[in-house]
Amino acid sequence: MSDDTPKKALSATRRQVLAGFSALPFMGMLGGKVNAADYPTAEVNTTGLAVTDDKVTVGILHSVTGTMAISETGSVQAEKLAIKQINEAGGVLGRQIDFIQEDGASDWPTFAEKAKKLLVQDKVASVMGCWTSASRKAVLPVFEQYNGMLYYPTFYEGLEQSPNVIYTGQEATQQIIAGIDWVVQNKGAKSFYLLGSDYIWPRTSNKIARKHIEKLGLKVSGEEYYPLGHTQFNSVINKIKLTKPDVIYAIVVGGSNVAFYKQLKAAGIDMTKEKPLLLTISVTEDEILGIGGENIVGAYACMKYFQSLPNDNNAEFVKAFKEMWGDEIVIGDVTQAAYLGPWLWKMAVEKAGSFDIDKVRAASPGIEFAKAPEGYVRIHENHHLWSKTRVGHALNDGQYEVVFETADLVQPDPFPAGYQ
Amino acid sequence: MNTTLYTRREWIALAIVAALILIVFPVTMDVFRLNLVGKYLTYAFVAVGLVLCWGHGGILSLGQGIFFGLGGYCMAMFLKLEASSPENTAIQSTPGIPDFMDWNQVTELPFWWVPFKSFPFAAAAVILVPVVFAYVIGAAMFKRRVGGVYFAIITQAIAAILTILIIGQQGYTGGVNGITDLRTLLGWDIRTDSAKFILYFVNAVLLIAVLVLGQMVRMSKFGRLLIAMRDKEDRVRFSGYSVADFKIFIFCLAAAFSAIGGAMFTLQVGFMSPSFVGIVPSIEMVIFAAVGGRLSLFGAVYGALIVNWAKTSFSETFPELWLFAMGGLFIAVVMAFPNGLAGLYRSHVEPFLAKLTRKSPPSPAPDTAPVEAVKLAAE
Repeated sequence: MSDDTPKKALSATRRQVLAGFSALPFMGMLGGKVNAADYPTAEVNTTGLAVTDDKVTVGILHSVTGTMAISETGSVQAEKLAIKQINEAGGVLGRQIDFIQEDGASDWPTFAEKAKKLLVQDKVASVMGCWTSASRKAVLPVFEQYNGMLYYPTFYEGLEQSPNVIYTGQEATQQIIAGIDWVVQNKGAKSFYLLGSDYIWPRTSNKIARKHIEKLGLKVSGEEYYPLGHTQFNSVINKIKLTKPDVIYAIVVGGSNVAFYKQLKAAGIDMTKEKPLLLTISVTEDEILGIGGENIVGAYACMKYFQSLPNDNNAEFVKAFKEMWGDEIVIGDVTQAAYLGPWLWKMAVEKAGSFDIDKVRAASPGIEFAKAPEGYVRIHENHHLWSKTRVGHALNDGQYEVVFETADLVQPDPFPAGYQ
Repeated sequence: MNTTLYTRREWIALAIVAALILIVFPVTMDVFRLNLVGKYLTYAFVAVGLVLCWGHGGILSLGQGIFFGLGGYCMAMFLKLEASSPENTAIQSTPGIPDFMDWNQVTELPFWWVPFKSFPFAAAAVILVPVVFAYVIGAAMFKRRVGGVYFAIITQAIAAILTILIIGQQGYTGGVNGITDLRTLLGWDIRTDSAKFILYFVNAVLLIAVLVLGQMVRMSKFGRLLIAMRDKEDRVRFSGYSVADFKIFIFCLAAAFSAIGGAMFTLQVGFMSPSFVGIVPSIEMVIFAAVGGRLSLFGAVYGALIVNWAKTSFSETFPELWLFAMGGLFIAVVMAFPNGLAGLYRSHVEPFLAKLTRKSPPSPAPDTAPVEAVKLAAE
């Protein structure tokens, strides 16, 4: 891992400072609360954000209606849980977090309109929101123009690094390379069949996958895309049977997943036999609810978080999540990433000692969150997170069993040289 | 025909609409809300087109999103090229082309994008591309006497096809993300508050111009022919008129209005995406016209404003339940006043006003009543 070598001298002191600051929230949890009176509103809020002596307002902007609602609801729940926990632990700079929720309605222009409303009219101190790349692209100019701060939870294609966004999900190289290396080393994979839904994320991801596969001297035996919402995968399944790849690399999203996995099973491809093996980066526990555990059992997924992740942070998180939202609920990768948003923002604010967006931005790189359910994360200079990548094995009950995790945190690299 | 009196009443209605959008809104609202109203008003262009095409001509198009989208995309292509200067896009593997092309491994600007570097070309294309497309659809359908429900279904299918095409060709169109991050128009930053303010007025003035033009069409001999065609198409044909040509003309006119709306939308909102082209937005646009009253040009403006305002405020107040509130509103409108707001105005407010004016000085008011009676009977 080559971390900013020229700044070494600086970063040593910075790490000490950081260590001090990152301990702050936990002191808060232990009862030594940050006193709002020590941070007069006039000093911590010089740009007219919605901050009072005892309250700070943030925005939540996801689709709770329309086709994306099924995916984004988990993110909303996670963000509300994080906000509740932060408030119980004393809030941010001694101020309770209040949130304004807006509905993006699975419609990109609506996202832009609501983002603008949150920033211009409500003057929120930060926004947790968006899910699809399209919605992020729609709100991005709004955040840059009005200088807001967006915490974006989804794993995505990269090729972006906005000063006004913190990307709490993984960018494509983090998610893809580790997974391919793993199947090559552990499963002896030699040929790959790439397929996905037809939009920017699957295409960019497959581009990175292809470059990496070819770099390893292995073979891509096919690459195909289908429109969003497509439900007829028989032709590609026939091609797969004909070309006999070692790995089906699938980046199908949304409702198409249900048809894809059912048809795969119906065509006699038993994923538990791993001939071919199926590796996906788009199916979280949330999607399996729709697909049905029995239809995807035996597949492998590569992402940074699974609900079954065995560590204390996660056990606590899953318990709190189920207490707040019911026992039936499942927690996928993006939901966990959404949970990080409010916490990372709180830490950045407290490190900066200010709610001002520019100061929060300057304070963000280097923020560490040791209590993250996925383990430990740290914000990189490029506004993405250092995080581990894991491979999960789908079980019959709709959960994943974690079979591999990278030894180190994987560096985020949104503009990967040699992969474009 | 009592044309002068009729226009006088319409002029009053026009004056009210003009005063509302040119004076009342800008004075009472902040720039953010005003920009939202500006966005709503871009839909009013479509609704005005639908009033002429559907309300008067009887041609129900469920694909007005096609023209709104094409107009918007033509404008967005110009703005995107201006925003993609080599300096702004230095980070890309091929600087100087729009960012989404670079993400999709397109390394050269496609030839059909090149003319959109010129503003006059793009401005002309905003109107011409949708109109030519509408002409092709219209000629193919109306010459073969395809009409009514069949025409509605075909327009809907075309809207769906166009959406799929745009999403599928993402290297050239931006795909499902659309064309985003538009910044300047001929060097003028369209994202600032002052620009939004100016664009609002440009939009408002254009809308009034479209209303006046629509009114002229209505009042003309052609306007009466449209109604005749709607009510008894065969009689018009047997009288020696070329019904298909009239239909094509009104369909193209509605397309041109929609396209202006689309272009103004792109300018005010700062992006264009396939979600304005498909079936759902197209049907929504019909709803704007229906709520306003499908026979009233001014009703169309109020319909677009009210439905969108309700959408915004319901979704701000009840983010998880607002769709039900919208559904309730539509059901209420259709059940209680099938002729929309304009119908409500005509049946309740107007007789009341007429009574008032009759009591006051012996003005030309008595003339209103007979015209009104004839009109109501005709409906």
